[in-house]
Amino acid sequence: MVERRPGLNLLAHLVLVLGVAIVAFPLYLTFVASTQTAEQIVQNRPMSLLPGDNLVESWRVALFGGTTNYGAATPPVAPMLWTSFVSAMVIAVGKIAISLLSAFAFVYFRFPGRSLCFWMVFVTLMLPVEVRIGPTYEVVSNLGMLNTYAGLTVPLIASATATFLFRQFFLTVPDELVEAARIDGAGPMRFFRDVLVPLSATSIAALFVIQFIYGWNQYLWPLLVTTDESRYPIVLGIKRMISGGDAYTEWNVVMATALLAMLPPAAVVLLMQRWFVKGLVDSEK
Amino acid sequence: MGALSIRNVVKEYGRGAQANRVIHGVSAEIADGEFIVIVGPSGCGKSTLLRMVAGLEEISGGEIAIGGRVVNDVEPADRDIAMVFQNYALYPHMSVYDNMAYGLKIAKLPRDEIDARVRKAAGVLELGQLLERKPRQLSGGQRQRVAMGRAIVRQPQVFLFDEPLSNLDAKLRAQTRIEIRKLHAELGVTSLFVTHDQVEAMTLAQRMIVMNRGVMEQIGSPKAVYARPETTFVAGFIGSPPMNLVTGRAEGARFELPGAVVALPAPAPRDGDLVLGARPEHLALTPGGWPMRVELVEMLGAERLVHGRIGETAITVRVDGTQSPPSAGQTVGLSIAPAHLHWFDAGSRRRIEA
Repeated sequence: MVERRPGLNLLAHLVLVLGVAIVAFPLYLTFVASTQTAEQIVQNRPMSLLPGDNLVESWRVALFGGTTNYGAATPPVAPMLWTSFVSAMVIAVGKIAISLLSAFAFVYFRFPGRSLCFWMVFVTLMLPVEVRIGPTYEVVSNLGMLNTYAGLTVPLIASATATFLFRQFFLTVPDELVEAARIDGAGPMRFFRDVLVPLSATSIAALFVIQFIYGWNQYLWPLLVTTDESRYPIVLGIKRMISGGDAYTEWNVVMATALLAMLPPAAVVLLMQRWFVKGLVDSEK
Repeated sequence: MGALSIRNVVKEYGRGAQANRVIHGVSAEIADGEFIVIVGPSGCGKSTLLRMVAGLEEISGGEIAIGGRVVNDVEPADRDIAMVFQNYALYPHMSVYDNMAYGLKIAKLPRDEIDARVRKAAGVLELGQLLERKPRQLSGGQRQRVAMGRAIVRQPQVFLFDEPLSNLDAKLRAQTRIEIRKLHAELGVTSLFVTHDQVEAMTLAQRMIVMNRGVMEQIGSPKAVYARPETTFVAGFIGSPPMNLVTGRAEGARFELPGAVVALPAPAPRDGDLVLGARPEHLALTPGGWPMRVELVEMLGAERLVHGRIGETAITVRVDGTQSPPSAGQTVGLSIAPAHLHWFDAGSRRRIEA
């Protein structure tokens, strides 16, 4: 808005504050819950909104596991964090690498069946993991990839979306640049590495953020392919801590784990954001 | 060393009977160190010809030889050429220095050799202060110089320029034109320069090639092309405003054009259907000459253009700006010296020597 109206300004801020509050309140509640003991959470109705004094203990139990006051054993979350991190990294990096290369092939090479291949990739957009989960599970289990990082990541790596994004970007790269590189004597892979990849830095950063979070948040697929607790990603771990029915749940530990599960994606967003902006400012098509 | 031979070169898109032929057998022998400008309207095939020399387009027929070596099947990088593109095609993420050094790095030249060449080129082009900048931090003229620097450091046998001045403003274009001439005088490298701008062609070329619809209409020095155009196309394309071309029927010193008959200052080379060419700057307003009805007078400062008609044929005359101009609707007389008359065959559109 170009107009300067104090009233409207106030309204705008009000809306923003309200929005922030709606997003932030559950997070705050999670944090407060993780600072109290399990009894405090269950007994005080409604739960106290002021932080308690059990912060260190809840987080310690969450991270390294152990037995709580009631003798219930909780598994350590630290290895799960590692599993999640490795899977998300492999998925994000793998998706980007494969999409970059396939987009490069589609845009810069003329080979028989090019448009057929392109349309096949296109069609996979209509087949997300959830739709093909049965056959994919069959394949993964026949290959003996259950309970492995490969089983957790490989089926999620192929990405039509990222291939399209890079394809669209490559199409905007002027032909003269390719020709200049040819005259300079750069072969296709040299051109790819020295020109295309640096120019795509911004898109790569953006995709990395999106795909890392996508990989981190996987729930359904790990639920199927992991049966061994040592291969659980953290998102599964949270679910396993919440016992259904009348069983007792250590809500403070669950809340601490939930916060732990949120931190790495948040860190990735914050770190990449700076890079992302730098990429936007520095590069020019 | 750096001679360039183009022998009966043909370019076709598609195959067999449906092939779309865009260049119809162009031949030219270009001596080492010569500066050749290819000029023509858009779509005449001039850029295609240049790109075939560069190796960016396949040659459908004929032969191109650089320094005596036929390069039809040689990769662009191995042809010993360098090219300056219309939009410069600088690598946006590399500094000026890296842009110039990239080709040399790929050629695996020693680091100090690369450095020496880049710094020397930067010195010649006055880019010394800008070596660390990125292309987007440069003005259009500076980018253009970087593109030239990238060509110079390769020390090629032939420079190829694909309309390198068309993205510059008029003032910078004139200045860069002079710089390119100086550079050519200094380096003495064979150059092939494509443009659609006849002023660039006239000022830069030692010899120029005029192309139209994939055919080479004429090759010669700018002076020769201006003074003795081989075809009506060249006559109409080179010179501003273009030459007046009047189709009519000659009979001795009588020339019959639609709606009028005029007396020629000298008899036509032969009788029959001919095209008479007369440059606007060679026509003079003389009482009692060919009667022209004035329709419009344009004031251009130093000169005036008088547009009018003889019979039904439109004619433009250039007169001195200080002369008092005729007004629209008036009928004036035109005269021309016999030496300045050009004659072309009405059918083949080719020049007929008087």
